Amino acid sequence: MIQRNKEVWIFIEQRNGKAADVSLELLSKGRKLAAEINGTLKSVVIGHNVSDLAKETFRFGAQEALVFDHPALEHYRTMPYSKILNTLVDEHKPAIFLFGAKSGLTADCTDLQISDVKYLRNEYKDLLLQIRPAFGGNIIATIIAPDVATQMATVREGVMRLEPLDVPAEGKITNIPFELTPFDEIVTIIEQHREENKVNLKAAPIIVSGGYGLGSKENFMHLHELAAVLGGEVAGSRAAVDAGFITSDRQVGQTGVTVRPKLYIAVGISGAIQHRAGMHESNKIIAINNDPEAPIFSVAHYGIVGDAAQIVPMFINVFKQKLR
Amino acid sequence: MSFNSIVLVKQVPDTANISGQVMKDDGTVNRALLPAIFNHEDRIALEFALQVRDNYGGTVTVITMGPPRASDVLRECLFMGADEAYLISDRKFAGADTLATSYVLSEAIKKMGNFDIIFGGRQAIDGDTAQVGPQTAEKLNIPQVTYAMSIEGLNKDSITIKRKIEGGYEVLQAKLPVLVTVLKDAAFPRPFKAKRVMAYKNAKTLLELEKLVEGNSLLYIDQLKDEYIQKHIYIKTLTMDDLQLEVERCGVAGSPTKVHKVESVVLGAGTHEMIEPNKDGLNLLIDKLMEDHIFG
Ligand SMILES: Cc1cc2nc3c(=O)[nH]c(=O)nc-3n(C[C@H](O)[C@H](O)[C@H](O)COP(=O)(O)OP(=O)(O)OC[C@H]3O[C@@H](n4cnc5c(N)ncnc54)[C@H](O)[C@@H]3O)c2cc1C
Repeated sequence: MIQRNKEVWIFIEQRNGKAADVSLELLSKGRKLAAEINGTLKSVVIGHNVSDLAKETFRFGAQEALVFDHPALEHYRTMPYSKILNTLVDEHKPAIFLFGAKSGLTADCTDLQISDVKYLRNEYKDLLLQIRPAFGGNIIATIIAPDVATQMATVREGVMRLEPLDVPAEGKITNIPFELTPFDEIVTIIEQHREENKVNLKAAPIIVSGGYGLGSKENFMHLHELAAVLGGEVAGSRAAVDAGFITSDRQVGQTGVTVRPKLYIAVGISGAIQHRAGMHESNKIIAINNDPEAPIFSVAHYGIVGDAAQIVPMFINVFKQKLR
Repeated sequence: MSFNSIVLVKQVPDTANISGQVMKDDGTVNRALLPAIFNHEDRIALEFALQVRDNYGGTVTVITMGPPRASDVLRECLFMGADEAYLISDRKFAGADTLATSYVLSEAIKKMGNFDIIFGGRQAIDGDTAQVGPQTAEKLNIPQVTYAMSIEGLNKDSITIKRKIEGGYEVLQAKLPVLVTVLKDAAFPRPFKAKRVMAYKNAKTLLELEKLVEGNSLLYIDQLKDEYIQKHIYIKTLTMDDLQLEVERCGVAGSPTKVHKVESVVLGAGTHEMIEPNKDGLNLLIDKLMEDHIFG
């Protein structure tokens, strides 16, 4: 059976020397996983002029930062980045290596746990349990990689909570030299365009979210009005995105954004597990659906059975009257 | 200047149409009952390859790894315009995760020989992993460009691609040969051509021909296969032996990730409070939320 060391590594995704939220969230989670196996937490930082960023990871519990700093590494490119990581993992074989991502190997985990596992008559100690909805969401699958040295998983932004330490860990920075080879330049970046003012659903205190049950883009417009009156943001299910009611950057769920607002209003959303995975930790949930059996009610605090086309305008009116 | 493309396609269960009966009592999924469809993004990948052929000449070859019935998507590729189709199928491939799948695909591609561009969909809807394309490129030791939105330029040495990144896009230039995965709205797949549907609707894989022979003592498999090859309606079929693969790298054996446990999703009793669907109900609800300081 394979012998694993006790290192938990987190890949730090960076842009312009700033860490992506998801990487800091994973450090927060990684700290707990490392504690459970009595191990150490390390960050892997690739970029240019990233020493401040490396130090930043200590604030989230990293005890060591493995740093590759080189002008050619400023922007992500698959070729040099994957070569660096392949070599590093082969050499050190961390027990666990986590990445933030929109997809991935045991992709889009909604939870990570450590546990002893009995699998095919073998007993494994301290395995990483990678938990995610699967197959149309009718099942929750727990995935393991019992016979490899390094267990890797990807998690989306917002799934794990961001938990900085009051006192940063005493970390050490280990700079590792990087030598550019011609193969690293086989793909070159010609231009890049980015708009930074992306919607930030994660930070919204109130979210009004619509589903396929709204039936049309026109009906969906009522949700924009409701969100405006309540001081919230509009979001939607994947079916609403697919139907063109709303843009994909506002999709809530396993393959969208995970949110924990003070109030989440789900309108015409059936409540498939992939959707619930992204909103069930909201402080208060109101479900509006004309089907009393809809699964969304199982996670709701308040349920309204009825036609969204009538209830939403009524909600807006009643709320406006209260404000007077 | 012409280019030979290979397109990776997959038949997937229609996860949008899962109904109650598909779930077995033990909470596992009865795949045989699920309608099977062409993974949409792979169709876009084929469209990209066909456009390259339209503009520059060359060939388009599609391959899929899957069970015998995956031949359905290969016929659809032929209807759309693919020159040649390969089914890679073997019982020993069952249960493959992305690592085992990309091993088989990359070995098949090595055997098929010359290519300039490999296209694939970004991801398959049944797993959403987006791993098979990138892993195949790794194993072939060629560059990869994922999340492609459009081809901006192509010459005998390199391809220029606009790809989606978080909050925007970037334009990359990659040396050929290259593997490209494409996004779902990157193109409109062309419709089937009636003439091609007539020509290829009876195209068959070796496995399908074997089925025909099984029930008919007058047919001989080698003869039948030759006949189909001559009529250009034979779908090339490769098994583990044909590809001389290492058995321990295929299927379940070659998959480091294992499903340890599946649980049916059980819904809680639902302890929510019912609110009347009228003004009084909403008044009450909003009062409660205000008491909880939800607003402002
Ligand atoms: C790999 C994978 C990942 C996925 N990721 C996500 C994800 O991130 N986010 C996500 O949301 N989904 C995701 N899904 C899809 C998910 O399984 C569901 O298909 C989707 O959430 C359904 O959206 P919906 O509830 O809007 O539509 P439906 O399931 O069609 O539900 C519509 C609801 O509206 C109700 N309704 C109809 N008319 C009215 C009316 N007049 N008034 C009030 N109610 C009405 C109906 O009773 C029904 O409950 C994923 C699926 C897969 C396979």
